[in-house]
Amino acid sequence: MIRIANGQGFWGDWLEAPVRLVEQGPIDYLALDYLAEVTMSILQKQRQENPQLGYARDFPPLIARIARKIRERDVKVIANAGGVNPVACAREVVRLAPGLKVAVVTGDDVYPRLDEFLAKGYEMRDMDTGEPLAAIRARILSANAYIGAFPLAEALDTGAHVVVAGRSTDTALTLAPMVHRFGWQPGDYDKLASGTIAGHIVECGAQTTGGNCQVDWQSIPDMANVGYPIVEAEPDGSFCVTKHKQAGGRVDSHTVKEQLLYELGDPKNYITPDCVADFTSIRLDDAGPDRVRVSGIRGGPRPPTLKLSISYANGWKAIGTLVYSWPRALEKARAADGIVRERLRGLRLEFDEIYTEYFGVNACHGSAAPPNADPPEVQLRIGVRGADKKAVDRFTRELIPLVLNGPPGATGFGEGRPPVREIVAYWSALLPREEIATRVEVVE
Amino acid sequence: MKVPLSKIAHTRSGDKGDTCNIGVIAYDPRHYPVLVREVTAERVKRHFGALVAGEVERYELPNLGALNFLLHQALGGGGTVSLRTDAQGKTFGAALLALEIEMPAEV
Repeated sequence: MIRIANGQGFWGDWLEAPVRLVEQGPIDYLALDYLAEVTMSILQKQRQENPQLGYARDFPPLIARIARKIRERDVKVIANAGGVNPVACAREVVRLAPGLKVAVVTGDDVYPRLDEFLAKGYEMRDMDTGEPLAAIRARILSANAYIGAFPLAEALDTGAHVVVAGRSTDTALTLAPMVHRFGWQPGDYDKLASGTIAGHIVECGAQTTGGNCQVDWQSIPDMANVGYPIVEAEPDGSFCVTKHKQAGGRVDSHTVKEQLLYELGDPKNYITPDCVADFTSIRLDDAGPDRVRVSGIRGGPRPPTLKLSISYANGWKAIGTLVYSWPRALEKARAADGIVRERLRGLRLEFDEIYTEYFGVNACHGSAAPPNADPPEVQLRIGVRGADKKAVDRFTRELIPLVLNGPPGATGFGEGRPPVREIVAYWSALLPREEIATRVEVVE
Repeated sequence: MKVPLSKIAHTRSGDKGDTCNIGVIAYDPRHYPVLVREVTAERVKRHFGALVAGEVERYELPNLGALNFLLHQALGGGGTVSLRTDAQGKTFGAALLALEIEMPAEV
């Protein structure tokens, strides 16, 4: 049996979580997931400004902080912290934590190869809209192929203390130690599907140990010290989900089921670079306090394509707010919205969308929100987006004047004009997997 | 007897681009057939009204006593494009808990 913990569900997750996982009890592997869909584009911009950047900058200082403990306890770290510059990330780890052996996985970054792919006739159509990539070619900011567990396992085979990857899948971080230790092969569909589902259960950190859990949430103990999840994996593919005993939170079939359903598509066809996992084959059993046993998982062969994660510039947006107070707060906010829209029309500004929410009334749930006849206050929240940055900027000047020239009782304008932000949109497409060759190099 | 969905199920929701997914999980697996009968794709679509521009698909996971819904064109463009507070559909699951369902007397 090997213990694989997840100490980071996204870049920006709790900094203490990975430290506590290493200190509070036995684990063999620490998986850290840093990349969301749009993170790659942010990192790409950072690398354009400074060729030494382009990775999750929280990661090297974290490794420096836990370096002594992971060597004492023989814990290996696997992270996709490398972003668009995994080699620079690895060098920074070695600089801050001298003596550690770091293995880097590269080959996922296909940004420099897009024109080569287009010339070969790969259209890389968007998986949602069906549009060919050529339509946005000039606006692309980053392009990476999702890579699976086998390149990461190869990196673990080098005996490195730390494995740094770029755009690996979240689930591969957990599956890789199983492939490495149990010698699973690409044809071991059921086992790979088991390890993939283990990865899905832990990839969002505390979201499987009591975080964001609806079930009796008030009674979940000690959330201030919530424990992050640990998978105890067996060579036959079955596993238990648990947490360190002294840590807070809860692990039971409710918390695990909620996470299993999180960001799920077709449950019979959960596609990764390693296999296709069938979520309808999962068997869950409560197996003692804070322990859920998972077994019975079936899978199928990996697909002939890899998914590309592409980001591109897609116009500008700004969102402004004003607060209206009782009495008739909602009526006043609606009147103010009407005035803003009329003034924008008068200015002949063009937007792709103007969107209004009444925060405190219907912002989260729209027309599905329960009625609230006369709330004590309402925040008017108006957003616009479009290709014309000047139009978006002009919009940001149209809210504050309402304090004096609109309905009575407006306040909450202390933040001033809202910022205009560039929209970095996401594009996913498929590419034959033989186009992607990954490499492992060791930095010491 | 009419009850809100929250009586027999809990939910979790999230995003994939402009698609929101909602997992609906029976507290007691014996109530799963009630979910299958009452919480249809059509009713979920109607519950969210103008918030969901596209179609709603439903998948069944009897092994977990759960249903999975995909709400297409539900997040105002999704991710970074969306102008909404809940651009990632994190609270859509909670909104669905208010859906009124018919509980048969025998369960």
